Amino acid sequence: MKFSEAWLREWVSPALETQALADAITMAGLEVDAVEPVAAVFHGVVVATVTAKSSHPDADKLNVCQVDDGSGAPVQVVCGAPNVDVGQRVPFARVGAVLPDDFKIKRAKLRGVESCGMICSASELGLEEGRSEGIYVLPSDAPTGQDFRAWLGLDDHTIEVDLTPNRGDCLSLRGIAREVGSVTGAKVSEPTVSTVVARNNAQFPVSVRDGEGCPRYLGRVIRDVDVTAKTPLWMRERLRRSGIRSIDPAVDVTNYVMLELGQPMHAFDLDSLEGGIEVRRAVAGERLTLLDGQEVALDDATLVIADRNGPLAIAGVMGGESTGVTPRTRHLFLEAAFFSPLAVAGKARDFGLHTDASHRFERGVDPDITRTAMERATELMCAIVGGAPGPITEVRNPATLPHRGSVELRRDRLTSCLGVRLADEEIQRIFRSLGMTSSVSGQTWHVQVPGWRFDVSIEEDLIEELARIHGYNRLPATQPEARLELAADDEATQPLRRLRRHMVSRGYQEAVTYSFVSPELQSLIVPGGVSPVLANPISSDMSVMRHSLLPGLIKALTHNLNRQQQRVRLFETGLVFQGPLEDLTQTPMFGGLICGPRSAEGWSVSREGVDFFDLKGDLESLMTMSGCLEEWRFVSASHPALHPGRSARLERNGVPVGWLGALHPHIRSQLDIKPDVYVFEVEQAALTRGVIPKFKPLSRHPEVRRDLAFLVEESVGVTPLVEAIRAQAGEWLTRWQLFDVYQGAGVEEGTKSIALGLTWQHPSRTLNDEEINQLIADVVQAAQARFGARLRS
Amino acid sequence: MDHLPALVNEARAAIAAAEDAQSLDQVRVRFLGKKGEITALLKGLGRLSAEERPAAGERINEAKQALQKELDHRKQVIDELALQAQLEAERIDVTLPGRGEANGGLHPVTRTLERIESLFQHIGFEVAVGPEIEDDFHNFEALNIPAHHPARGMADTFYFDATRLLRTHTSPVQVRTMQSQEPPIRIVCPGRVYRSDSDLTHTPMFHQVEGLLVDEGVSFADLKGTIADFLHAFFERDDLEVRFRPSYFPFTEPSAEVDIQCVMCRGEGCRVCSQSGWLEVMGCGMVHPAVFRHSGVDPERYTGFAFGMGVERLAMLRYGVNDLRLFFDNDLRFLSQFN
Ligand SMILES: [Zn+2]
Repeated sequence: MKFSEAWLREWVSPALETQALADAITMAGLEVDAVEPVAAVFHGVVVATVTAKSSHPDADKLNVCQVDDGSGAPVQVVCGAPNVDVGQRVPFARVGAVLPDDFKIKRAKLRGVESCGMICSASELGLEEGRSEGIYVLPSDAPTGQDFRAWLGLDDHTIEVDLTPNRGDCLSLRGIAREVGSVTGAKVSEPTVSTVVARNNAQFPVSVRDGEGCPRYLGRVIRDVDVTAKTPLWMRERLRRSGIRSIDPAVDVTNYVMLELGQPMHAFDLDSLEGGIEVRRAVAGERLTLLDGQEVALDDATLVIADRNGPLAIAGVMGGESTGVTPRTRHLFLEAAFFSPLAVAGKARDFGLHTDASHRFERGVDPDITRTAMERATELMCAIVGGAPGPITEVRNPATLPHRGSVELRRDRLTSCLGVRLADEEIQRIFRSLGMTSSVSGQTWHVQVPGWRFDVSIEEDLIEELARIHGYNRLPATQPEARLELAADDEATQPLRRLRRHMVSRGYQEAVTYSFVSPELQSLIVPGGVSPVLANPISSDMSVMRHSLLPGLIKALTHNLNRQQQRVRLFETGLVFQGPLEDLTQTPMFGGLICGPRSAEGWSVSREGVDFFDLKGDLESLMTMSGCLEEWRFVSASHPALHPGRSARLERNGVPVGWLGALHPHIRSQLDIKPDVYVFEVEQAALTRGVIPKFKPLSRHPEVRRDLAFLVEESVGVTPLVEAIRAQAGEWLTRWQLFDVYQGAGVEEGTKSIALGLTWQHPSRTLNDEEINQLIADVVQAAQARFGARLRS
Repeated sequence: MDHLPALVNEARAAIAAAEDAQSLDQVRVRFLGKKGEITALLKGLGRLSAEERPAAGERINEAKQALQKELDHRKQVIDELALQAQLEAERIDVTLPGRGEANGGLHPVTRTLERIESLFQHIGFEVAVGPEIEDDFHNFEALNIPAHHPARGMADTFYFDATRLLRTHTSPVQVRTMQSQEPPIRIVCPGRVYRSDSDLTHTPMFHQVEGLLVDEGVSFADLKGTIADFLHAFFERDDLEVRFRPSYFPFTEPSAEVDIQCVMCRGEGCRVCSQSGWLEVMGCGMVHPAVFRHSGVDPERYTGFAFGMGVERLAMLRYGVNDLRLFFDNDLRFLSQFN
């Protein structure tokens, strides 16, 4: 909502400077977005009369004019505007004037002819965006010689208020003025609107078929109008300062009344209507070409204004093309109606529209202002386009008109909600200033809410009004009280915070990537993965929900590789979305990737690239935090995004919970990633779920360590072998170390040597050699039986 | 016999001249060894008369002991010098950087989120989370935003179908918590939220922390106090001016926007605050009774307040970040500034 400060001050003028007035409006809850001067800075411009005009001797497009600027002597000025003419009143910049952008007017010679000043266009004075066509021709009653700025009242401001959707009542000068009066205490004076006396009996029949959608409809015929008349400058200026373009008197007047009183109106060309006005639901299949040229298909949810031939307008949204006012219009039919918010809500958007009318009707127009608005519009209209008004036709459905009952406010509720007791006089003053009438019985107020307040119907609404007008910042601030209750704390579960910090101390940088990714990238990494698709994405590369953290992490990787970063270590935590909407899981995951040299470049490190075991080590250290590394398995398995020989499925207690591996070279080449990339992704729950440590007594007896080297086929995994060995090594095995894995000279082709150190310790006595030898014999036998392992001599 | 003093002098000079343990040992062997020159004198005592022998023997032994003492002393000096030489040889450049993995860092959004969570956890709030793909009921209906309510236009929503959407705020977590838990409730709900808006100052995804306190007798004054305390603590400035401006959210009433004095210009007016001296940092209000009813809480018995803040906005103000989009580029040059 934009309006002119000067216009507002005609309604209510508190003793506040412009900025302070704007602040007061903001602090009432009507946020002032901008306060802009209505004209750019200029001075030295006066109203002048063009007294003579002749062609420039040496330039086709220039005229040499004489103007009377009120100084007595005629002034000669060369003017290039095609529309300049003798008798016009024009804004004239005298020599010495300074126009916007510090443009100084000097005595000049144009193709040999002296020019002492400049006749200005609207855009040259900063009164119009873009470039105006020709000079700004003023009304003939503009007083020659008067300062143009003062005459037009240009030391004014446009105040733009960003209204919250509950305050439809403030979409007018009337509403803003009421608020200003309420918060500042200044007196508000409404302009008097007089009843227009009908000058004929011309009426056009109105029937309302949908009383729910249209509880009140007023129509009036004005005969014999001249819509080619020009809207007066004062009205055009007020519209301009309110951000509305002047079109023709019919549109201008309806817009003006809408700004002034908040009532959207519509003017039809009476000759284009047939039969009578019907306010009804559209019938499916009906079509309408709107004022903006768009043809829309209507359905039975749409409230329309129709005549015998079909729909003329979408009620409260926009009129139709064929019944609009044109320069040839002879008679007008004016409409002022109350359409219920629910009948209009969402309709404009359904048609891709947003109009000043729909904006107001959706939020609620004062149902009691309809007649006042009709009278006001008639008066203003006839003053411009002439014509003879007929009587008002009104259809009213009292049952469906909004009914504002009395709302109760309990004293103790008010006090306990605000944390302070407001004085009775303050409460009454506020109610009165908002147009609410109140009565008291005991400790309760009964408040009658005015028709324009669609947002006040319960006790809390009244509490808010009192707090708002009293001033939020005058209310106390306290600290809430609570009982000191200890919260439960699950010690076994690792907080995600700790896991994140652990990654940080291992050199990872945390990434936050979008939850929606490109479907192409996603299907490359998770082919066949189903995840929800946005119906209205910002762009196609952000249109599908991530099935995995990897697409986002890989995108972040390429962003950095493309910026000369060689070593990248990233991790991210967040939800992934798997499955169709009907069977959706939203699972918190933990993912990461590494790429580039193992160590940051330095004076004592090699520049070797990372490999699988670098990332596996980081992941194992993360798993260790839960205290259950034993429950995890890295199972050789293939994943479409990973190198088949360098990928592992992560299992905890046999349940698959994630993946680790080298990004498939095929994907790297598609994404133009040169170096090897290792990635992992694992369910957060599997990482955070842990155990509480359980103490085992320390033995005071000596340990025995024996080292064994096995020869196995190279396809044998170390972990299964170790597990088999441990299963045979007895309960006194306390530790084991894998200290060598070797392939090459001295070891038969196709086999590898695995060297293990096994350590035994008995809790209460010293183990003897025979016991140990027996255990080793069992271990060796088991390894041979299951894996064909032989002891290396 | 008369050459003993000369021999002692000669030995002393040799000891003093010895530069290392090996040459010192050679001196010892030459004079005091089994075949040493002093030892030889002792052996020559037999050639003296019985009267001369004791005195001469004593002189020789004295000389021998004195030389041994000097040898020991010289040995200490030589060892000390050798150690010093070794230490000098082992000198390193202690200004070289240390070895090992340097730390990475948390994303500034996480850093800010954790800070906000911690501040509220210190006064007894718990952290609650919820799904990001929400249904219409929890994101809108239960929060007193029925279909076609103009407030739906306040947030441009990403939809999947008629009823499923990406949450536009973390407020649905409030509803879910109230549905499953009896008051008193004190929670903060951090997380990702989504709005279909993308320009210089909007990203289609950002982070919010929503807070909720429900108990008997909770007042607007409590809300004001809590928010002001939080902002003072977050920016570590007790003199930071905070103001509450009436506003509208369908799920709270009374509702307020919270402004702080611009932290960039201290209220003087600058580009960040559009010359106003104030920065809008969060929205808040008293929980609307309709929300209580949708969530199964008795609005006559309980009152409560809720607040919501944009995490990126707070991070930008706190750390001076001037471009919102940097948060989601994941450029290491940006991220590592928060390590
Ligand atoms: Zn500032």
